[in-house]
Amino acid sequence: MSENILEMNHISKEFTGVKALTDVSFKVARGEIHCLVGENGAGKSTLMKVLSGVYPYGTYTGDIVFEGSVQAFGKISDSVEAGISIIYQELALFPDLSVYENIFVGHEVRRGALVDWNLTIVQARKMLEKVKLKVGAETLIKDLGVGKRQLVEIAKALSKDVKLLILDEPTAALNENDSENLLQLLRELKDQGITSIMISHKLKEVISIADKVTVLRDGRTICTLDGSKGEISESVIIKNMVGREIEDIYPKRLNKKFGDNILEIKNWTAYDSQAGRNVVKDANMHVRKGEIVGIAGLMGSGRTELALSIFGNPKSYKLQGDLWMDGDPVSFKHTSDAIKAGIAYVTEDRKGDGLFLIQDIKRNITTANLRKVSSNGWINNNEEVKSANVYKDSMNIKAPSVEQIVGNLSGGNQQKVSLGKWLFVGPKLLILDEPTRGIDVGAKFEIYSIMNKLIDEGLSIIMISSELGEVLGMSDRVYIMAEGKVKGELSIDEADQEKIMQLATQ
Amino acid sequence: MHFYNGAKSLIKQNIREYGMYIALFVIILIFSVMTDGLFISSRNISNLLDATGYIAVLAVGMTLVIVIRHIDLSVGFAAGFMGAIAAILLTQAGVPFYLTIPVILVLGIAVGLLNGVLIASIGIPSFVASLAGMLIFRGALLQVTEETGTIVIDDDNFNAIGNGYIPEIARVGDLSLLSLILGVVAILLYIYSRFSNRRNKLKYEFEVVSRGVFALELIFVSAIIAYITWIIAGYNGFSWTVIIMLFVVIVYHYLTTKTVLGRHIYAVGSNPEAAHLSGISVKKITYIVFGSMGMLAGLSGILFTSRMESATTTAGTLFELDAIAAAYIGGVSAAGGVGKVTGSIIGALVMASLTSGMNLLGVGISYQYMIRGGVLAAAVIFDVVTRRKRA
Repeated sequence: MSENILEMNHISKEFTGVKALTDVSFKVARGEIHCLVGENGAGKSTLMKVLSGVYPYGTYTGDIVFEGSVQAFGKISDSVEAGISIIYQELALFPDLSVYENIFVGHEVRRGALVDWNLTIVQARKMLEKVKLKVGAETLIKDLGVGKRQLVEIAKALSKDVKLLILDEPTAALNENDSENLLQLLRELKDQGITSIMISHKLKEVISIADKVTVLRDGRTICTLDGSKGEISESVIIKNMVGREIEDIYPKRLNKKFGDNILEIKNWTAYDSQAGRNVVKDANMHVRKGEIVGIAGLMGSGRTELALSIFGNPKSYKLQGDLWMDGDPVSFKHTSDAIKAGIAYVTEDRKGDGLFLIQDIKRNITTANLRKVSSNGWINNNEEVKSANVYKDSMNIKAPSVEQIVGNLSGGNQQKVSLGKWLFVGPKLLILDEPTRGIDVGAKFEIYSIMNKLIDEGLSIIMISSELGEVLGMSDRVYIMAEGKVKGELSIDEADQEKIMQLATQ
Repeated sequence: MHFYNGAKSLIKQNIREYGMYIALFVIILIFSVMTDGLFISSRNISNLLDATGYIAVLAVGMTLVIVIRHIDLSVGFAAGFMGAIAAILLTQAGVPFYLTIPVILVLGIAVGLLNGVLIASIGIPSFVASLAGMLIFRGALLQVTEETGTIVIDDDNFNAIGNGYIPEIARVGDLSLLSLILGVVAILLYIYSRFSNRRNKLKYEFEVVSRGVFALELIFVSAIIAYITWIIAGYNGFSWTVIIMLFVVIVYHYLTTKTVLGRHIYAVGSNPEAAHLSGISVKKITYIVFGSMGMLAGLSGILFTSRMESATTTAGTLFELDAIAAAYIGGVSAAGGVGKVTGSIIGALVMASLTSGMNLLGVGISYQYMIRGGVLAAAVIFDVVTRRKRA
């Protein structure tokens, strides 16, 4: 038996044109708790998906050595059989089924062709004892809180004789108490000989639990820190996470002149009745004319929810607090009200809720403001094509014509269409949610240049971004969010990556 | 060579649409040959079109319902029920036909809006909501026809909607003059609109198809209109049913392709979340589409009742499935956002041609159902395959 339970050697993985992982090596020793850290998009989740067979053998290059032999997982069940279990951020439980049914789903306890439910319950109780979850095995999942659901997931993994347990941000949605319980459980499982890999953004937790920490950045392994040698500390981790130089990829904006507040929110709280919690808590924020305000924070910190709650509240959160536009108190009943008031929101998920992928470029660009190319409800098709061409040319959208179907364009060009759609509305305030996610460096530069041009034309921009380099390179002022709260505000002169990370990982 | 390439790219871009026209053409050709021309005779084509009317108007409404990712199973019996109400108004309440028709159409809108409430405001899946509606209207139809059984209508004006023809001013040889004039007017309007479209595009300095292709297109379509007119004029001329059907198709065609409302309907269908974020009220669009479906169900009920000259206890049975089949043959996609009303009309004609042709050939009813089912499956398979190839 080798000392390492897992060795991933020289793993590279490419998505059409984008390198997600480059020559990543990752070694986990038997019986340790190994934390994997890195910024959003650093490649942590991709690496774990390679390991678990979500991206099957052959779609990546490099070797996975597990328990001393090279593995070729063709599908997820292969890795489960080998003894690897992943618990994702979005839990994969069936809310309307009981705890015992969930624990044994997919590997039911059988007697002949039938499921032996009595034996299932007995075994489920044993698993619940192991994870110290004191609920009846017959309880329905939907009646459990997030923390307890997480424990059910772990019980499910244990029931499959797991050797390597992988947790993807297990404490992201938990309160402090539940988080501490979970970490304690991981320590106990470690004593029972179970190896764990934990992905986490909360560095304090990482420091308290990790035997080793591996830092990924831009799809590469940066370093592995060993706790037994005293190498793990918050400052060392942060330095390695963000270590990239801010290259000269952010075009300069010369005359910075800020006017009055265009948008202001006070004590702004949004309650999501589906999730049953406040997604935005008591936020105070303002944006001045001619300003780019960055909102930094990790995924799930409430940035997108904040933007949506301002932009006509399409998710129907229960809102509290005050909202001003141009100094006047306003409240929007529908996104159309927000658009009329001069707000535009470019979504982070352009394929999901941004674009009409099966429609062509011109229709995508004009949809939010058809009035501009129509009279009395009749669309002037020629005027529409002409308008769309204006944006195709000014933003350099690479397509043979505006009749091209948007689903066939590259990510960067889709993002430009998305931006064009909102510029066509003629907004005063543009909210950009992850404006450069999943697009290449060249297109990023173009998007940044467009942003600067818009500021020169008198717009204001809120830029939500997980990329610290982008936040620091483009913003005039930065708010940092975590757990739905605004944790801090920094002027661009005082902001640096360490300070932001510190506030965002609180 | 230039001409050839232009035509080729035009065909390539519109393969799905042309495929449908070609399929209809092939079906007509096969039946005409097999029946020694009986199928293509004036009398048969006129009857075929009249028999398509009440399904065709439903198919038009159903297209929009499916485009916004819903379904409406209630329209068949809703049509039957509203037809019966029309019969009662005409015979027992003594309401004149020119009042009965708008009353039924408004009733249809109300019925559709009720569906809208259930689906858009309360959030019941449209399949379930309209299934409930189907049962309710079936019961309601039985209820209103319970005492009298079949209600025979003796209002000639009303019965003319389903059986009558536009007035004949004179006959030229074998042909109805007014129908011929209508055909000529249609051709002139068509040519004028194509020319003005081309002129506008040139004004904007956009690319247009080459002159050769343009001329060919004009000649081709004009010839088809002329031929259809000639066939129809050879019997009794255009029936009121055909005129109503054409009117509905033209109105809905322009509504869906040229107006802001139409664009919003397709936006909601292709991505409801994105539509909402674009400031479009998904709820409002859902109400409008179901309201229009209800109105067309009312119209369908009027057409059918008038054609039968009576309201029966089973009127409307399976109309909804014929309309859905027509829409799918016409190229709508259950994934939403795709489908044209003109396509659905062709779909309805394909189905009606199959029925008519097989009846002429004396094919047994059992085989008829199987063949129609096969054609439906084939159309959707063709759709899926061509779509995948282009993606």
